[in-house]
Amino acid sequence: MNTIWQKYKGPLIAAAVILVALLSSVVIVPESQQAVVLRFGEPVRVINRYRPNVDYGKTGAGLSLRIPFAERVERIDKRLLSVDMQPQQVLSTDQLRLNVDAYARFRIIDPVRMVRTAGTPERVKEQLEPILTSELRQELGKRTFQSLLTAERGRAMANIRDGLDKEAREYGVQVVDVRIKRADLPDGALESAFTRMQAAREQEATTIRAQGQKQAQIIRAEAEAEAAKTYAAAFGKDADFYDFYRAMQSYDYAFTNGEHGTTLVLSPDNSYLKEFRGR
Amino acid sequence: MRTIGGALARGALAMAGRRSPWGGGEDKGSGSGDESGEDGGQQPPSDPGRGPRNPWLPPGDNTRRSANIEDIFKAREQRKTGGGGPGRPGGGMPRMPSRPDGKSWLPLMIGAAALLWLGVSSVHMVGPKEEGTVTTFGKYARTIGPGISLTLPWPIQAVQVNDVTSIQRYAIPEGEGEKLMLTSDQNLVDLSYLVRWNIKNLRDYRFRLADPEETVREVAEAAMRSTLAEITLDDALSGAGRARAEQGVRERMQRILDAYQSGVAVQGVEIKKADPPTKVIGAFQQVTAAQQDAERDRSNARAWAQQLLARAQGDAAAFDKVYAEYRLAPEVTRRRMYYETMERVLSNNEKVIVESNGVTPYLPLSEVRRRPVAPAPADATAAAQAPSAGVTP
Repeated sequence: MNTIWQKYKGPLIAAAVILVALLSSVVIVPESQQAVVLRFGEPVRVINRYRPNVDYGKTGAGLSLRIPFAERVERIDKRLLSVDMQPQQVLSTDQLRLNVDAYARFRIIDPVRMVRTAGTPERVKEQLEPILTSELRQELGKRTFQSLLTAERGRAMANIRDGLDKEAREYGVQVVDVRIKRADLPDGALESAFTRMQAAREQEATTIRAQGQKQAQIIRAEAEAEAAKTYAAAFGKDADFYDFYRAMQSYDYAFTNGEHGTTLVLSPDNSYLKEFRGR
Repeated sequence: MRTIGGALARGALAMAGRRSPWGGGEDKGSGSGDESGEDGGQQPPSDPGRGPRNPWLPPGDNTRRSANIEDIFKAREQRKTGGGGPGRPGGGMPRMPSRPDGKSWLPLMIGAAALLWLGVSSVHMVGPKEEGTVTTFGKYARTIGPGISLTLPWPIQAVQVNDVTSIQRYAIPEGEGEKLMLTSDQNLVDLSYLVRWNIKNLRDYRFRLADPEETVREVAEAAMRSTLAEITLDDALSGAGRARAEQGVRERMQRILDAYQSGVAVQGVEIKKADPPTKVIGAFQQVTAAQQDAERDRSNARAWAQQLLARAQGDAAAFDKVYAEYRLAPEVTRRRMYYETMERVLSNNEKVIVESNGVTPYLPLSEVRRRPVAPAPADATAAAQAPSAGVTP
């Protein structure tokens, strides 16, 4: 071994140097990254730059060359990134509060500009967050509480996205989407919402009971009317006979069913007793 | 010199990792130091025979100075020739066993390792539910389906396998916590739901989004809230409204995820639970109770009505029958009915017959005895009035 080393010292060292030089001049850029090549700190080109509608495999990812030592490579995420906002309290035009938590999705489309202005994607996020917050407050603050809830329906989110996008272009960033992740009532409002819901339900319960009673009454009245009609149809045929017939029933009911006997004082003039005297 | 090969290889690897010639050089030095169990560079120079002796040093190798690479090789060479025999105190590396013909095992082992490496890194088994993306130096090359596939060995091509067809389920919120959401009528509903999704385009899924799983979660959240903000609380609590909301969320999620080119297919959204908040659940139960009360009132009324009608019809029918008979012989029937009724009435009751008008009614003593509590005169007057008022046909 020693002899080999002694013998081929020169070529071995040369091979090692060449290997090192090769390795240091090759850059591997995966599909998920774009790389800005800085020559002495000056951005000269971008490897695997984001371009929409270019198929994977043709984007320029993979092996690239650089001048060793002179060129430095800054790797920047190519994927869709997210900036998350701290939950914000938004005041609607009708003076109601809502806690809003939103996110924005962005992608770096001009990495050179991004490297110059912000440096890293993390710094971009830091820069974008306050802009997102203020855009959101501005836009949502123009609306009533009701339309805050359905902010996605209207132009609000698109306006926020456009506003944020305009600012973000300064950093070489394209904002793809802004969305409200959560919209909650703040604590105080939550309590009053509960109270309101409770009151509403109690009112509903009372209404339902009253409605039930009303309908029961109507059902009864209708039945009574129906019964009256039936009676009238039958009894109307002979009112005089009805009077007699019903009187008989009534006497039966009133005097026959009593537990204790009733004492009837009859005069001999009574029709029942008219034969009593003998004729 | 069997160690130098390893040291060189490791050095080269380290260089590849750091892409710095200096990193590689240092690694080489420390690599050889590790293996010999001594480190010439870190030991302060000391006189032979005096001062603390390193017990691991072989005797006689005491001259120390800052070692350069050649020195290390030289020292190694000396030790190898001198030592290696068993029983020598502090004697360097354990020897590798030799093959029977005296040659080293090393080339064979290197060959085996290379084969193993080729096998492991270029033959890929992809399961039936999986797909893999092949990248050549980080550049997307192709997608491989289930089965065995061959690729170039590792560092040239790399494969990442993902489960694409089996459906992932996210429960939101995780756990049993209360998650309140606002509905369009500014009420709150406690909601938990399940999102089922899978990967429809592995390339997009792998390369487009920074964190696809978190994205799915956030998009689900946003879609659910915005859908719920469009329906009323009653709709959210009712079955039909829920089905509509599920459909709405699913479509909305898919739209957003497609706009992100995420390669995710939303298979379904299921609302597991949509309840009123716990704080007001009592009031909601009151409503249910009220509904039952109202229903009870209505059915009572209906029962009563049925009774009344049946009775009316019965009465009418009875009257009709009697009237039909009466029409045949009015006078006789009338008298007969009168007498029969009077019979029933009078047979059951006490009777006092006063012979002529103007006579003070005689108080029935038997009656007074029987009902001592009852005020007798009042009773008598009432009784006296009854017949004159009533029993007059």
